[in-house]
Amino acid sequence: MNRNLALHLAVIAALYILHLTLPAYHHGQVARIMVLAVFAMGYNILFGYSGLLSLGHAMFFAAGMYGMGLSAQHLGFATLPAFLIGILCATALAFVVGLLALRTIGVGFMIVTLMFAQAGYLTILYFGEYTRGDEGFVLTNTARNFGNLDFSTADTRYLAALCLFSGALLLKLLIVRSKRGRVMVAVRENEERARMLGYNTWSTKLYALTLSGLFSGASGASYAILFGYVGASFAAVPYSIFPLLWVLVGGAGTTLGPVIGTAFMFYLIDYASGVTDAYMLVVGVTLVLITLFVPGGILGLVKSRFARWIP
Amino acid sequence: MLALIEGLVQAAVLSLTALGLSLVFGVMRVVNVAHGEFFMLGAVIAWWVATLVGTNPALGFIAALIAAPIIAGLIAVITDWLVLKRINYDPEATIVATIGLLYILQQSVLMTFGPDARPVEAPFNTRLAIPWIENTDAGWALYWPWGLSTTSYKLFVIVAAIALLSLIWYIMSRTKLGLILRATQLDSETALAFGIPVERVYALVFGIGAALAAVAAVLIVPIQQAHYLMGADPLLLSFIVVIIGGLGSLRGTVIAALIIGMSDGIISVFFTPTLAKIMATLLVAMVLVYRPQGLFGTRRV
Repeated sequence: MNRNLALHLAVIAALYILHLTLPAYHHGQVARIMVLAVFAMGYNILFGYSGLLSLGHAMFFAAGMYGMGLSAQHLGFATLPAFLIGILCATALAFVVGLLALRTIGVGFMIVTLMFAQAGYLTILYFGEYTRGDEGFVLTNTARNFGNLDFSTADTRYLAALCLFSGALLLKLLIVRSKRGRVMVAVRENEERARMLGYNTWSTKLYALTLSGLFSGASGASYAILFGYVGASFAAVPYSIFPLLWVLVGGAGTTLGPVIGTAFMFYLIDYASGVTDAYMLVVGVTLVLITLFVPGGILGLVKSRFARWIP
Repeated sequence: MLALIEGLVQAAVLSLTALGLSLVFGVMRVVNVAHGEFFMLGAVIAWWVATLVGTNPALGFIAALIAAPIIAGLIAVITDWLVLKRINYDPEATIVATIGLLYILQQSVLMTFGPDARPVEAPFNTRLAIPWIENTDAGWALYWPWGLSTTSYKLFVIVAAIALLSLIWYIMSRTKLGLILRATQLDSETALAFGIPVERVYALVFGIGAALAAVAAVLIVPIQQAHYLMGADPLLLSFIVVIIGGLGSLRGTVIAALIIGMSDGIISVFFTPTLAKIMATLLVAMVLVYRPQGLFGTRRV
């Protein structure tokens, strides 16, 4: 039992306390943030720890979401198998994309992932007959049950989101503390040197990308179950930019950074969209300011100033 | 024939836009994700200038053709100075920053210009019929079928683009400025050591890149309409062109723009537009994976 684990458990406990105290509106929003934070964590495994900047993570989120939604909607799968299919789809997609995209480096990798995500988005539109394209579809309530848990009620939804979030957070802590996790950081810091020391950097990157796809897919599939909506907008470019933004704001390469970033940006955008239609302006300004003044993100700043021990 | 001219108009505008992107990447090693927004900015400024000048469309158009690239270029230079210079042109950070810039430009236009698409009147727009040859009973006859026509303006777009491309080629290969640009492109540190003000060159190149996109947009805006989201398609197409043509290669860019512009119409005859786009994006991804130097490029990226 070290203070890292204690810190993470404290965050989870705090979120449970919020469940008991929050007013209805924020209760729903925090549930959403927790699901999206899992997406950000998945992104962070790739970007923050392995140093690979992907501009196409929406495709993994959408693969999870559509894998779950389509198998429940058209094949009549129950919630749990559909959820697992969603995760499987995203993980498999990440693996295949990794096989191809990891042949490129740097700017090439960003553009290739962007192109793959664009192709994925267009594919969803192309099969509009099943996916209902931009309009999307609403999951029936039978696809949102497990045992006698009804995921469309606020309390169950929040607790399910918290379970997913806690599982993902602890799993991620485990991953980055593992031997493989340390090799990932080595690849980020200096790939040449890591290779020279005898590590298989290529398989490490593929491992990171596949895991990242798994987290993103789990987030997408849960989003479909908990909020009952599947739509093509989740596969479009903004949903590839959002996880990057969340991770950058919170602090890349930290376990809790993505969570802070997601919560911060979610409420900022939520507030801005109440004021003006041009709420994406906030996203733009934040991105520029972050790259200019706080390249380490919020938690990176805290880490370097006050507590170096935060993972 | 008609499809040929439409394709050439597409290719003309595309090659100008892509050239801007290619120039910025070639010299500065910066992937400007906000490039499409400079294109959009050009179109919006064209509408704005044309409305200010008022009655005479030709006068408004000429004013727009001068004002749009200058304003877009200035905004780009300011951005370079305020943002890009300060993050040392680090490739990943610049991508993130230009994504931010993309949203800033796009959303600012949404706030001021509004969500509507607005047309700009062409300076001249006479209908030109195209002769067609057909073998009739009386032998080969030349006639002008109804519907087979183009406008003088479209021809003007093609000519203007060729003129601009030649000008850029001349500057790059025959003038001292071109020499400086090429020197910076090859090795910026050595260039700096030889007394070339690399920082100012970068600002200039970023400005020229944006200005080229803006000119392309002014040319196209009488055919399409100005809209705050219009930057997405040119951005994607320019990326495709620049990648296929080889990043930083001038000749490859123009050839690729011709291929893409012309094939755009032809592909969509056989496939639905969505399927055509899917195949195009996958193709580009594959080119990047297996031939990262592009089809015409020779230098290592």
